[in-house]
Amino acid sequence: MSVPASLTEPIFPPLRINPELVRGILVGFIRNEVRKVGFERVVLGLSGGVDSSLVATLATEALGADNVLALIMPYKTSDPKSRGDALQVVQQLGIHHLEIEISPQIDAYFARFPDADQKRRGNKMARERMSILYDQSWGWRALVIGTSNKTELLLGYGTIYGDMASAINPIGDLYKTQVWQLADAVGVPTSIVQKAPSADLWAGQSDETELGFQYRMIDQLLYYLVDRRYSVEELTRIGFDKTFIEDIVRRVRDNQYKRRLPVIAKLSSRTIDRDFRYPRDWGH
Amino acid sequence: MRQDGQLAVGLVQMDPALGDRARNLERHRQWVRQATETGVELLVFPELSLTGYFLKDLVAESAIPLDGAVMSELRALSKNLDVVLGGVIEDPDHRYFNASLYFSGGELVHVHRKVYLPTYGMFDEHRYFAAGDRFRSFKTGFGRAGMLVCEDIWHLSSAYVLSLEGVDMIICPSSSPGRGITTDERLGTAESYGLLCRTYAQFLTTFFLYCNRVGYEDGANFWGGSMVIGPNGDIIAQQEDADEALVLANLDLGDVRRERLANPLLRDERVELTINELRRVWHERTRKPY
Repeated sequence: MSVPASLTEPIFPPLRINPELVRGILVGFIRNEVRKVGFERVVLGLSGGVDSSLVATLATEALGADNVLALIMPYKTSDPKSRGDALQVVQQLGIHHLEIEISPQIDAYFARFPDADQKRRGNKMARERMSILYDQSWGWRALVIGTSNKTELLLGYGTIYGDMASAINPIGDLYKTQVWQLADAVGVPTSIVQKAPSADLWAGQSDETELGFQYRMIDQLLYYLVDRRYSVEELTRIGFDKTFIEDIVRRVRDNQYKRRLPVIAKLSSRTIDRDFRYPRDWGH
Repeated sequence: MRQDGQLAVGLVQMDPALGDRARNLERHRQWVRQATETGVELLVFPELSLTGYFLKDLVAESAIPLDGAVMSELRALSKNLDVVLGGVIEDPDHRYFNASLYFSGGELVHVHRKVYLPTYGMFDEHRYFAAGDRFRSFKTGFGRAGMLVCEDIWHLSSAYVLSLEGVDMIICPSSSPGRGITTDERLGTAESYGLLCRTYAQFLTTFFLYCNRVGYEDGANFWGGSMVIGPNGDIIAQQEDADEALVLANLDLGDVRRERLANPLLRDERVELTINELRRVWHERTRKPY
């Protein structure tokens, strides 16, 4: 397994952040977007990874430990260390938590489809966790707070209506490289910030192995491509490998559907989201 | 004007509710009460303070005509002090404007319809609003004033025109969403506006009142940072954070005269030369065959 370069190597300067400034904005965001729609509490899936640990920390600062519920939802092949990391975060923050193993329902379902591959099983697990999160959110009068970062969202490295589902997402505009910096600054345990990013659907899984590239390289490319709108020619000129560029550009394009509502066949003069346009915070 | 030539200004750095005009109007009344008790003579609310900013299709249902019951309630806010506030104005021909309104002594004194409607990136104003077609100054009890709404000040010509009208102060209500995260202490947007406001104040030798809102709408944060700049470019008052606040400043109105004596930039301005050159440039641009 490659050594994660979260904080051990210099950060690409344009992606360096002032963590205090970002923390203030995101804590305010959570407080404002949760309370103004009549809620006090949030519930989140806590995997023991850096993204959900960061969101748990920000939510705790915003709403108080008593208003944050972390769900730890391992499958039997999940790395036991992840559970340990999640529990460490729960203990450090003093937030509520529930452990719900999802193996029984996943296994019962796939008993009928034994040939299902790992990806299909992984997606089902992500949606099972989503289903539990939304159920608990109802029971606990809480909003589901999301933990997908900008890198994942752009690459589509997530399950639609699974881990990508939430009511509000404080870190969706932060690249993984920036998540590491903020997590470190707000006190997420170093072992969590430093460990190799993994969806943890099976033991030894690694994001960077699956993606084929290191996050720090992907983030640099995405910064030029998305934020600075460099063309492929310009990206090649400043030294990015052509194959790398093409792969990332294709991923961003092919996964656009995951970032949008389902396509609605247009018939009337006011179709939802096309010409019936209201803000989400309507009346708040 | 007061005998001592002083003016107590208040900027209401507030967080309006999106699309809830009744609630926002009630909050305006509260701020007006608080400001009156503090002795404020000119109170400025942010852009679209009556409605919130990212209205989208709510523009039509948030709009008010320039006459009618709502306007009477707004006029009533200015019984004891001058009030600048922001709302959606529906003209009799059913065009909707992002407007800034100046009230004094229970009357509507001036309306500025936002000219430059940002329609790029995160902004979509021209989809919903009609654009204003003029920059005009107006007389107040504290000298000549002009209003520019947010994006208007990203166009040099708007403040320049007001300056040539001889304004003593430019009032800029704003709903600027914060963005641009670096290692800096402040957001990129805050840096840019700080630079703009100070530049205008100093180069046009005028007071500059910048009132920006706070809060969040659909995930966008409004960074506040409301400020009052003197005609020499110095910051008289500034709210550093993005909390709701009444920002107070005391202006010595004689500063404009003193600054223009020391730096007669306005006296030396070659207006006719500028007009001629602009005409020439425009002529050349429009004469191109394609």
